[in-house]
Amino acid sequence: MAAYQLAVAGLKVLVLEAGRGYDPVRETPMFQLPKDAPLRSGGTSDKPFGFYDATVDGGWNVPGEPYTTAPGSDFLWWRARMLGGRTNHWGRISLRMGPYDFKPYSRDGLGVDWPIGYDDLAPYYDKTEALVGVYGSSEGLENTPGSPNGTLLPPPAPRASELLTRKHCTPLGIPVIPAHLAILTTRQDAARWPAKLHPGNPLAQRVLADSMRARQACFWATECGRGCSIKANFQSTTVLLPPALATGNVDIVTNAMVREVTIDKTGRATGVHFIDKRTRTDKFARARVVVLAASACETARILLNSKSALFPNGLANTSGIVGKYLMDTVGAGISGQIPALENLPPHNDEGASNDHMYMPWWLYQEQKAAKLDFARGYHVEFGGGRRMPGPGIFGGLERFTGGAYGKRFKEAARRYYGTFMYFDGRGEMIPNEHSYCELDPEVVDQWGIPVLRFSWKWSEHEIRQASHMVTTFARIIEAMGGKVVGNLETDGNKVIAKGGEIIHEVGTVRMGSNPKTSVLNQWCQAWDVKNLFVTDGAPFVSNADKNPTLSILALAWRTCDHVVAEMKRGAI
Amino acid sequence: MTDTTNSKLDTGGPTRRDVLKAAGLGGLALPILDRTARLVEGRKPEVVQLPAEGPRGTPTDPDLIHPKIWWEKVLSAEELVTLVALCDLIIPADHKSPSASQVGVPDYINEWASAPYEWAREGLTRIRDGLAWLNTESERRFGRAFAGLGAPEQTAIADDICYQPKAKPELLAAARFFDLIRDLSSTGFYTTREGMKDLGYIGNVPMPRWDGPPPEVLKHLGL
Repeated sequence: MAAYQLAVAGLKVLVLEAGRGYDPVRETPMFQLPKDAPLRSGGTSDKPFGFYDATVDGGWNVPGEPYTTAPGSDFLWWRARMLGGRTNHWGRISLRMGPYDFKPYSRDGLGVDWPIGYDDLAPYYDKTEALVGVYGSSEGLENTPGSPNGTLLPPPAPRASELLTRKHCTPLGIPVIPAHLAILTTRQDAARWPAKLHPGNPLAQRVLADSMRARQACFWATECGRGCSIKANFQSTTVLLPPALATGNVDIVTNAMVREVTIDKTGRATGVHFIDKRTRTDKFARARVVVLAASACETARILLNSKSALFPNGLANTSGIVGKYLMDTVGAGISGQIPALENLPPHNDEGASNDHMYMPWWLYQEQKAAKLDFARGYHVEFGGGRRMPGPGIFGGLERFTGGAYGKRFKEAARRYYGTFMYFDGRGEMIPNEHSYCELDPEVVDQWGIPVLRFSWKWSEHEIRQASHMVTTFARIIEAMGGKVVGNLETDGNKVIAKGGEIIHEVGTVRMGSNPKTSVLNQWCQAWDVKNLFVTDGAPFVSNADKNPTLSILALAWRTCDHVVAEMKRGAI
Repeated sequence: MTDTTNSKLDTGGPTRRDVLKAAGLGGLALPILDRTARLVEGRKPEVVQLPAEGPRGTPTDPDLIHPKIWWEKVLSAEELVTLVALCDLIIPADHKSPSASQVGVPDYINEWASAPYEWAREGLTRIRDGLAWLNTESERRFGRAFAGLGAPEQTAIADDICYQPKAKPELLAAARFFDLIRDLSSTGFYTTREGMKDLGYIGNVPMPRWDGPPPEVLKHLGL
């Protein structure tokens, strides 16, 4: 997003990418079947989300680039070493943070307030949704913002299993509404948006119009996680980098592992040192402004590794906050077998690959009235149905059939196909002082760069929230006439996902209104170094249940507007 | 939506991949140009190509368009004979679809057990133990190797190990093995075109629009 915004504003931009170049148009295995891949496309430590997942040289382990955890801490750090990073494989769920989410401390006395409010970011949410293309609806539910008319693309019709879930959730008081996903259900209006998004900027309008016209609407067939060669979903490699390059203002250098931001005697950033991975040589790129968007933890790592006489504890770290208040999303889920879905007439159930519907958090008032034993909310991602059979299909069918094999097994497979549904909670984590990353004093990676060491702890709020998730999902499955798969475990300590496992890590370089307790000001500009900005998840002050990508993009756009304005007036 | 638009996978006819290949497009994009927009603007939209250096063909950066297995399969010919018999006992041919071995399931299980990952080492041991046990048990009870037994004899052995909760304690290891092969056979079988067709899977075919489930599905669900 930053490369695009700065380039269309006429600035010369150098993008340094730690991984290899990647082009979804040429590289996406759109229709390949599981049978054509190793292990029927199943996940391995090399390709954790399956063979066809878009991720290149990534996962919770990257060979040659380790990280460590402090004793007693469990944390997993996902990286993707490729152009466009994780935007290539993400879930596309694009929920706005609501007004409560920016002011959590004011609301319940926990965590910290953001230096900005919903109204500050709302115009950028509007613009970002129009730029990248997001489907969804505006339902007017509490702290679940909609969008101005005409901004969201129409949501896809719900699948059978989603309609059945809604029917049984309504009596439970749980709302089931269209999800918001960065997938084009119709083509973007290339005649209208460029002028609206970039008024008075012919260059921006031209490259954006071309980019929008190069994108096709979803054709309802293939998995978003593989990437999309028709550019129907949002990946920065199909949506932001092509128009950025078309300005002629952007150079991309791949295999460039940034290790340090340099400064001059006055404390201004002067550029970055990076390792050219192909030659293993150190290179330097000079810059008037440095923007870090390396992903939350990698950005913190670069700052911590940028030590100097002026900043002995790492660049922009006079507050000592860099690396601190690392957050992930609370995750817990179960699945159920739903007899009502047995023997459905065969029909195409693929849709837009990911969620058409979801459940936003619905118990704000109960929480406010102290009727729940945890402070923050979660939303529910759920699904099932007659999707493409993949590895693991019918694993565990033994217990449903009393051990069927032979003809009976084949009959059982026909009966049970498409009848399993999953329910996954995605909840807010409150930042705490026990969850952070720092430089490991001893370990370096294969490029000689000191690595991160993670410390991690959930608080009781997250543990109880996870317990509430699975208890609620069991109620939903029972209400649907179904049966929970396996033994229902409701102990939050046992069901909560590990830190980093949901891959929503944010924080570590947080923004704020006080330089003593934050690293960045409300423009994601370092308090200590005025030509240094951060445009990934690192500036997050809290981590609402809303998946972070849309907010990262909106915040990055707002930051870039500030960068351009400050450069114009000669302040940086 | 009608069956003609979305059942290509089931007909065994050309897949989109075949069609794309025939059109010289490999497994890649469907470039659909917006000609109206071009005319209105009176100029050709700029084509921007991103840097792409891959794939390098390593385990973490494999060629996704032309997948290949990069490790040796280690089960012996004799082990595979037993495995074929067991897979086909679990998934036999019937009126809807072929048997497990007819769509390459034993070969997939060999690939799985031989994979260069930690879990496969344990898996390989369990499969080798299990196949050996199966033949020993067959010799002990019927005087022949498992693959040489008739259906009633094979069934007699399988009935003792097909359900872990009811297996005798001394047969628990064999029952765990049986369930592992059943799970792997399911994956191997139902991820093929034949297996998908058996289940009535419809999808992986581009459609001009998405209308949600057809009326007969909603009726079936009482929605």
